[in-house]
Amino acid sequence: MKVAMFVTCLVDLFRPSVGFAALKLLEDAGCTVYVPEAQTCCGQPAYNSGARDEAKAIARQVIEAFEEYEAVIAPSGSCTGMISHHYPALFEGDEIWGPRAEALAAKTFELVSYLTDQLGVEAVTAAYQGEVTYHDACSGLRELGIRDQPRKLLASVDGLNLSEAPERDVCCGFGGTFSAKYGEVSGAIVTAKTAALGSTGATTVLGGDLGCLVNIAGRLQREGSPISVRHIAEVLAGMTDTPAIGASDAEDGS
Amino acid sequence: MKPTSRAFKQNAHEALGDKNLQEALSDLEGGFVQGRLNAVNKLPEFDQLRDAGRDIKHHVLENLDVYLEIFEEKVVANGGQVHWCRSPEDARQKVLELCRSIDAKTVTKGKSMIGEEMDLNHFLEGHAVEPIETDFGEYIIQLADERPSHIIAPAIHKTKEQVADLFHEHHQKYGKSARLEEPRDMLDEAREILRPKYIEADVGITGANFMIAETGSTVIVTNEGNGDLTQTLAKMHIALATPEKIVPTLDDATTLLRILARSATGQEMSVYTTFSSGNKRPDDLDGPASYHVVILDNGRTDMVGGDFNDMLTCIKCGACLMHCPVWTAIGGHAYGWVYPGPMGSVLTPNLVGLEEACHLPNASTFCGRCQEICPQKIPLPRMLRKHRENAFTARLGPPQERMGIALWAWLAKRPALYRLATSLATGALRLMAGKRGSLKSVPLAGGWTHSRNMPTPQGGTFMQQIKAKRRAGGAP
Repeated sequence: MKVAMFVTCLVDLFRPSVGFAALKLLEDAGCTVYVPEAQTCCGQPAYNSGARDEAKAIARQVIEAFEEYEAVIAPSGSCTGMISHHYPALFEGDEIWGPRAEALAAKTFELVSYLTDQLGVEAVTAAYQGEVTYHDACSGLRELGIRDQPRKLLASVDGLNLSEAPERDVCCGFGGTFSAKYGEVSGAIVTAKTAALGSTGATTVLGGDLGCLVNIAGRLQREGSPISVRHIAEVLAGMTDTPAIGASDAEDGS
Repeated sequence: MKPTSRAFKQNAHEALGDKNLQEALSDLEGGFVQGRLNAVNKLPEFDQLRDAGRDIKHHVLENLDVYLEIFEEKVVANGGQVHWCRSPEDARQKVLELCRSIDAKTVTKGKSMIGEEMDLNHFLEGHAVEPIETDFGEYIIQLADERPSHIIAPAIHKTKEQVADLFHEHHQKYGKSARLEEPRDMLDEAREILRPKYIEADVGITGANFMIAETGSTVIVTNEGNGDLTQTLAKMHIALATPEKIVPTLDDATTLLRILARSATGQEMSVYTTFSSGNKRPDDLDGPASYHVVILDNGRTDMVGGDFNDMLTCIKCGACLMHCPVWTAIGGHAYGWVYPGPMGSVLTPNLVGLEEACHLPNASTFCGRCQEICPQKIPLPRMLRKHRENAFTARLGPPQERMGIALWAWLAKRPALYRLATSLATGALRLMAGKRGSLKSVPLAGGWTHSRNMPTPQGGTFMQQIKAKRRAGGAP
């Protein structure tokens, strides 16, 4: 299977290790993974800011860069949802770009659900010691129906014990540009989220979307919490030698 | 009512610092949200009912003129009257005119958000007609001289202690000197005080959850029976409605009633569901001498067939508020007008203008939970985004935000330049951070760092690293 990885702008900028973990998971599952050079971002910040023309211009660039591959995989439910749900909406009624957007949408998948639902991966070979809780990101949960897939693979990780948090389907307050524009409201929402996650007694929070994870990690660090935050791909790929999100080298090397 | 939506950020800031409000909003997930879920889980056909309800409302919107005309004919045949009002001012004047026609001194009121749109209480008070709210929540906030913060739970922002204080202060004139502690006792005391007022009232004003074309009826749902007393004991009953509240038949109304209470309060049905079809007839034991339906448009018919058409299928259950992370953080008053939460953030810009209400559609995380639980499956996020697009096109909102997006988009369309810019940016953040994993403040990111740290990048973008590795390793 020749697949292209849509790295996502946050992984590219903040946490390349997630990209390498995704790469390993896909290769372990038998994929040949390409990383098209002409990628930057899915365009969601423009789309959600009301800059529809800018979003379309970026979407056309993504379509051109990725449409030649058999499948497109992103380590994010949010960016996947943008391509698979919102690109077709952006080009609705466009005779040229409409069908191209639809075609790309049909073969674009979020990483973990691609492994389980498309490739039939039942288990991974990885170990992670500790009590873990999983944060369901809203786009993955509601646009893509991702809920059981990450839990299924986490269950196969040696030493990992999953404790479910209350209010699992409540947003963490990230919301892209919302977190900067309405920082105080966003801060109140993430404070409720870190309390809910912390109530599980977990020492690690995992999730499938770096936006939420950077938000949650940033809040936990502000609170002085010892809870570490990682993208699920790092744990599934057994690549947890880098410090957790927002942790310094000294704080967390496990 | 004059909107204060422009001050949303300041309003939200105050709401977040209001200890009473935060206490009042503290366990909605365990209460309303769980209650709704329990009710929904007990009804296997709930989702089919949602579709059926949505289809009814869409059919109505496509034939709005037809059903409204049938409704008026039926009301008139039943002995009542329908009054068409374009603006809140028209509607206020019409209500006042009706009150004056019977020389009314006091008006009892059931819960009505249309009344809030009209700012009816203050208007009547200014014209020597005393309005008395009879819904327990509305009664509380009338004493406090406040506005509803939720469309079905108007006083949800008040704690029990605040209500106890309000009653203690305002009920002394009725000879009630004890400060009550138990909600049940407070309710009983309010009932005792309200009971004679229903009988004394000249006019009873209610809202209308539905208008039924087939029968010329208005329908209200309540849990306290206050609406029934309001509309049957007064000499005149005025029902306040908006055009999209019409449904074709009694059957259609019952379909919608089956999803309304479940979505709103987690009840299978509200305690009272009352159908009003005109004034007292010769054989009736009670009822008002006259019956009027005041239908306020206030811009709604302009929404029919447009980008915001689906918003008119809303049955005002309030579930989207209870499930919204923003509303549950700041309550309803911060939104600055009558309708808060996701439904308000779509509706308000249509009714008061996008320039005034520009913050509202922006103050959403797009988490999508509102649409997921909406009984009418209204695509609220899509319409919020449409408002954002209209605002961006009209150059509303802070110019620096628009320029930031435009600059970023310009870069994102130039991958090579984007790589250079992103590697410089990650490098700069790494330099600032030194050995720290996260930063407490970052230039231009004050919104973010107000309440959380900014985790620093690992260093080196993925695209740089993969390029270097693959050049070395020869992989695809």
